[in-house]
Amino acid sequence: MKIVVCIKQVPDTKGGVKFKPDGTLDRAAMLTIMNPDDKAGLEAALRLKDQYGAEVTVITMGLPKAEDVLREALAMGADKAILVTDRVLGGADTWATSQTLAGAIRNLEYDLIITGRQAIDGDTAQVGPQISEHLNIPVISYAQKIKIDGDSVIVERQFDDRYHVLKAKMPCLITALAELNEPRYMTPGGIYDACKAEITVWGRANLADVDDSNLGLKGSPTQIAKASDKVRKGKGEKVNLDPAESVTYIVSKLKEKHVI
Amino acid sequence: MSLEEYKGVYVFAQQVDNEINSIAFELVGKGKDLAADLGTDVTAVLVGSGVRDLADQLAEYGADRVIVVDDPECKEYRTEPYAHALASVIKKFKPEIFLVGATAIGRDLGPRVSARIHTGLTADCTQLDIGDFPLNPVPGKEQKHNQLLMTRPAFGGNTIATIACPDFRPQMATVRPGVMQKKERVPGAKAEIVDFNPGFTPDDKYVEIMEVVKAVSDTVDIMDAKILVSGGRGVGSPENFKILEDLAEVIGGTVSCSRAVVDAGWKPKALQVGQTGKTVRPNVYFAIGISGAIQHLAGMEESDIIIAINKDETAPIFDVADYGIVGDLNKIVPALTEKLRAELAVK
Repeated sequence: MKIVVCIKQVPDTKGGVKFKPDGTLDRAAMLTIMNPDDKAGLEAALRLKDQYGAEVTVITMGLPKAEDVLREALAMGADKAILVTDRVLGGADTWATSQTLAGAIRNLEYDLIITGRQAIDGDTAQVGPQISEHLNIPVISYAQKIKIDGDSVIVERQFDDRYHVLKAKMPCLITALAELNEPRYMTPGGIYDACKAEITVWGRANLADVDDSNLGLKGSPTQIAKASDKVRKGKGEKVNLDPAESVTYIVSKLKEKHVI
Repeated sequence: MSLEEYKGVYVFAQQVDNEINSIAFELVGKGKDLAADLGTDVTAVLVGSGVRDLADQLAEYGADRVIVVDDPECKEYRTEPYAHALASVIKKFKPEIFLVGATAIGRDLGPRVSARIHTGLTADCTQLDIGDFPLNPVPGKEQKHNQLLMTRPAFGGNTIATIACPDFRPQMATVRPGVMQKKERVPGAKAEIVDFNPGFTPDDKYVEIMEVVKAVSDTVDIMDAKILVSGGRGVGSPENFKILEDLAEVIGGTVSCSRAVVDAGWKPKALQVGQTGKTVRPNVYFAIGISGAIQHLAGMEESDIIIAINKDETAPIFDVADYGIVGDLNKIVPALTEKLRAELAVK
């Protein structure tokens, strides 16, 4: 079985968000990580590899430094890594990004493609389903459990108050939730090997069946009209009282606001 | 294609088990405002099996027209038949705007449809307006009028971006549930009903549903609650949520929680407030033992009154709280419950 996992390098919002003096996000000052949903997707692929035997290829689109997350994936146990990087691919929205990744994946053999549900920087959850559409294969979003059954995959898909148990014929694309599993750590041997491993680097010329008009900023149907930092509601009052006084304080405020 | 051919505001009327989701009425409501600005009308697209009778409800909330795609293949939600239904509606009727709820279903369906149609899709919008793009005239670039300007939070709620889709139609957006307002219901209102079946031919993309497992739950939807008593990791244990439940009962509220609580398995996902949970805006939001990660704030900061109780006085939740109480929730919450019980008994 061959599994392709799409991963993304994202700024780590958990470690605190840094701003430049002009109030815009200081991406350079923030640590980067492998996007959590993607990491869960990689872990799911590695578990399928452990259980059924599989070749796991990780692929990312990004700046040359996105190589870091590919090496991390190799150290966790992925077999091959591909970096898709090219100036003409920059500024892509989800349409152009999914076209790029689909163009790269067309060069590969695959039974399963796994992506994270969404990246923590954009939060769109669009690229996975869009890749599946370009490749004309089924998509199953929000996987919480994955198993293989012959030439099919059986997936529990989470929805609000329920889950569906779905069976799809491979090839199929699955989007994974961070809740899916607890990703494994890199092993010392894995890190050693990953440092020396060769990473395949592809540019525009390596993408199959994609028109220039679908790539990068120019190929993006959506355009940004305005971006700004969010204006937050001002701080209210903060008190530090003993418990009885705290209770009196809360009750007085609830009365003042006619809640009770 | 000529962009001018595309007319009207369309919304996807999501139903599950033949019950229309509240988001559908919210989208119709917002669609009415956008349609008024554009001098056009609102069409709801209802997809399912045996759903034709539900169309009147959409009319009562303001839909001018309802396109009904009724087919046994659409009984339970599956990506492919639903994507086929919406893509076929778009190809035939050519809407200029198409809105979908940013629910689990909508966020799965929207990208598949927009990719099939080749148009842009803006995710999780919290504001929609009609305006010019670019916002201000730029030399050498045509300024287009009557564009859908879609505003959404990004970066875990730290930034906010306004997006346009000037060269492709329809302009598509998924819209966060609980943000747009429904119109006042007009009992007995009628809409034009259009039956449309594009034909469904199952292939490998029609995945097989082997089982549907519903979580057993009698909890109220936290998005409808007027008062939420929300707990975080600081509550300490699943058992200790009892003190929050007691408070909720006395004050007529509902218990909700942060992501950490769901991740720890203390409470079900349906009660989660935040970026990956639900957006709520109750009259009163008690944040108890919740530190206030950006992702959490994004889901609750529009609440009318926020009361935070946390022992860590540097917790970010205090940045959005109207009333912040630094202290031990284990002492304050039970005492508050008793005090309120006494106060309300007198009334």
